[in-house]
Amino acid sequence: MKKFSFLLHNLILTPSRNTKIKLLQDYFKKLDINRAYALAILSNQLSFQFIKASRLRELVYEKVDRQLFDFSYDYVGDLAETISLIWPTQKDGKSQNLSTLIENIEKIKKSEINKDFGKILSQLSNNERWTLIKICTGGLRIGVSERLVKTALADLYNKSVNEIEEIWHGLEFPYENLFKWLNNEISKPKIDFKKLFHPMMLANPIDEEKDFKRLNASEFQAEYKWDGIRVQLMVSSKSVSLYSRTGDNISSAFPEIIENTKGDVVIDGELLVGRNFKPSSFNDLQQRLNRKKASKDLQEKFPVFIRAYDILFYKGKDLRKLSLFERRKYLEKFQKENKSNQIDLSSIIKFKTWKELTKYKNNFHDDLNEGVMIKLKNSEYLPGRKRGYWYKWKKNPKLVDAILMYAQRGHGKRSSFYSDFTFGVWKENELVPIGKAYSGYTDKELLVLDKFIRNNTTNKFGPVREVKKEIILEVAFDDVFPSTRHKSGVAMRFPRIHRIRWDKPINEVLSIKEFKKEFKID
Amino acid sequence: MDFINHQLFIKDINVHIDPILPKKTAIITHGHADHARFGHDHVIATRQTIDIMKIRYGDKCAKKFTPLRYGQKYSIKNYDFTLHPAGHILGSAQVLIEKNNHRLVITGDYKVGKDQTCKNFKLVKCDTLITEATFGLPIFQHPDPKDEIQKLIQSVKINKHNCHIVGAYALGKAQRVMNLLRQQNYNETIYIHGSLEKLCEYYSKEKINIGKFEKVSSKDKNFYEGKIIIAPPSALKDRWSRRFPNPIICMASGWMTVKQRAKQQGIELPLVISDHSDWNELLDTINKSKARNILITHGQEDALVYYCKKQNLISKPLSIQGRSDEEIE
Repeated sequence: MKKFSFLLHNLILTPSRNTKIKLLQDYFKKLDINRAYALAILSNQLSFQFIKASRLRELVYEKVDRQLFDFSYDYVGDLAETISLIWPTQKDGKSQNLSTLIENIEKIKKSEINKDFGKILSQLSNNERWTLIKICTGGLRIGVSERLVKTALADLYNKSVNEIEEIWHGLEFPYENLFKWLNNEISKPKIDFKKLFHPMMLANPIDEEKDFKRLNASEFQAEYKWDGIRVQLMVSSKSVSLYSRTGDNISSAFPEIIENTKGDVVIDGELLVGRNFKPSSFNDLQQRLNRKKASKDLQEKFPVFIRAYDILFYKGKDLRKLSLFERRKYLEKFQKENKSNQIDLSSIIKFKTWKELTKYKNNFHDDLNEGVMIKLKNSEYLPGRKRGYWYKWKKNPKLVDAILMYAQRGHGKRSSFYSDFTFGVWKENELVPIGKAYSGYTDKELLVLDKFIRNNTTNKFGPVREVKKEIILEVAFDDVFPSTRHKSGVAMRFPRIHRIRWDKPINEVLSIKEFKKEFKID
Repeated sequence: MDFINHQLFIKDINVHIDPILPKKTAIITHGHADHARFGHDHVIATRQTIDIMKIRYGDKCAKKFTPLRYGQKYSIKNYDFTLHPAGHILGSAQVLIEKNNHRLVITGDYKVGKDQTCKNFKLVKCDTLITEATFGLPIFQHPDPKDEIQKLIQSVKINKHNCHIVGAYALGKAQRVMNLLRQQNYNETIYIHGSLEKLCEYYSKEKINIGKFEKVSSKDKNFYEGKIIIAPPSALKDRWSRRFPNPIICMASGWMTVKQRAKQQGIELPLVISDHSDWNELLDTINKSKARNILITHGQEDALVYYCKKQNLISKPLSIQGRSDEEIE
């Protein structure tokens, strides 16, 4: 545990990719059961369901004055770190192996969690405690992607990272076959590809200035970028299953897809809500998300379908090495052979120049797409976010000017800065909050805002500061919906700070009535 | 205690403690720039603090200087002043003010832990305690500085082709880091940023063991491979640090307790070495001082005020202008 927590500590502090790889390689020189756990942790495949943030708070309140903990948490901005620092340490704690430690935690009885897990926390050093809590709560946020770990392993053991990528989703803890293969004791593990989620090909945002000069429009095809959730649909004569972008099996939540699809293919597409292949809003889709099952009623009210983008396998044949152009032919063939009410094809936009494509991208009459995808016709289906093949070009966001009302300290890399901003518009002579944003500003703007907040606080509510009403933020957002949960009656999708409007006086900000009218909310 | 206001000003006799603006009579606790300023008529401080002020601001930075030994009494009307070791940096002092049998202590910045670079903190019993609260949260529990300095020494051993640049405040922290390295038998020459030179020379003259040091001057990049360089934190991100081969950026500060803070500042090797008291030391000082009245100045005062109130002590925060939340050390 000492070694692993030291590794994480160093990984979080080093900015250099090469140093990170070197640190990982030093650690993975030996491949044993501790490394297997480490690999599972680094690739987010290990978590303890029963130890949640709320449970950890409960635990720490038993040990430390609640108010003092809250002051500290507000200052640090990271639950794991606050607990690890504030927890009273037993000086004589012995260091345990990572594997022993995790096995001990897995053995804890539900009724004894507070006592036994608390005991374990006391025996660890600060840094080990931080590591353990990070593991428990999931999401390490140490600036190391799964891909980087694979790259480090591949380089260290003279394999190609794509080879690891290919078999990755067929591997299971404790990765015996992977480790043996890396050590050249066996040949590459055989994986049943039909049962396996295939990592998706992802797009990079386009850089309008650089990329359009560089790229030849005739080599690319464009499609609308739909605002649903990306899925992979695996169809065989025996079974049909649906996976999310991260490889989670979400079949049970969408029975209409599973029951009505036939064929022998693997399809990549967008899951949308709508009738007759006419997508409705993301808000509607949300009614179907994060559910294990869907009642008949829900299926009737919010029916789903898949808009297919790509095809990876056709009748057992791996198409991933073919070009997108070739794959599209297979996709069309599949659709002709299997007429379905659940699958249609993403249409291809005809365009000759990048300029011409702009009008499709900014198609504001149709709020249901969020821009266009630009894909190299020649591209193989490559896992991950490779540069130079697929691009996404989002349409310009909606903008509104709003007044900064409250601020709170941020978390993670922005802890200590007042970086979470609540902003509002007028409702008669008062302000009513319409949203909260914690991104979009530049580092410089953040410094200015942080300073303004510290010097212009008019009221404190716990960690929240109310500020003088004089800063106007231009807020960009993807969409806005009616909401019964908020006082203003609206909820924004992905609001972020576009810029600070130094030029505008606060009485020129819209009223909530005008805001609703402008963005067509009843 | 009502003779002193929230700006640490005694109106009755026109005396300020650590004023930000030029004043008639200023008692200065120590030489850091947020406490010692240029331009007072009369400065009362320890000899070493006066020396340091002269090094930093010139011999004429005040019209008149009155050096006091620790414990030596200085009276103005019916106010008796004495200075007592604060253990913060060389020359640092707490101020005890006695008037009509009421004892009031202004700690200035202080640290309870041992330190070879200055006279160690002495607890002064009092009725009113005005304490700092830089690290006034229970997450701050400073580790043994020897273990921290070992991290640096180990890293130097392992990373032979890198140089280590340690960010440390020019006055106090830099020399403490050097002294800690010497205590751990690191005997190589330590290289320093030019702005540290005069202060290091002064520490040497005052017989503080900081060992052999030299100003960074070589143009040969490779010369600094395997070396330790000490620089003020502001130089870490400056062009100045680009001249070194594969630098590993280190920082010696109590703030380094929090990983996310270290990361924000681009610190790869954080060393938790502080010249302020940690949470437990602050509580300990409050309790042992026997003061019933606790005023809390710059830092994380909320938690400390809360704690004192729970102990049935009378406590409130004092916000002193010019001392920002988090940049002081």
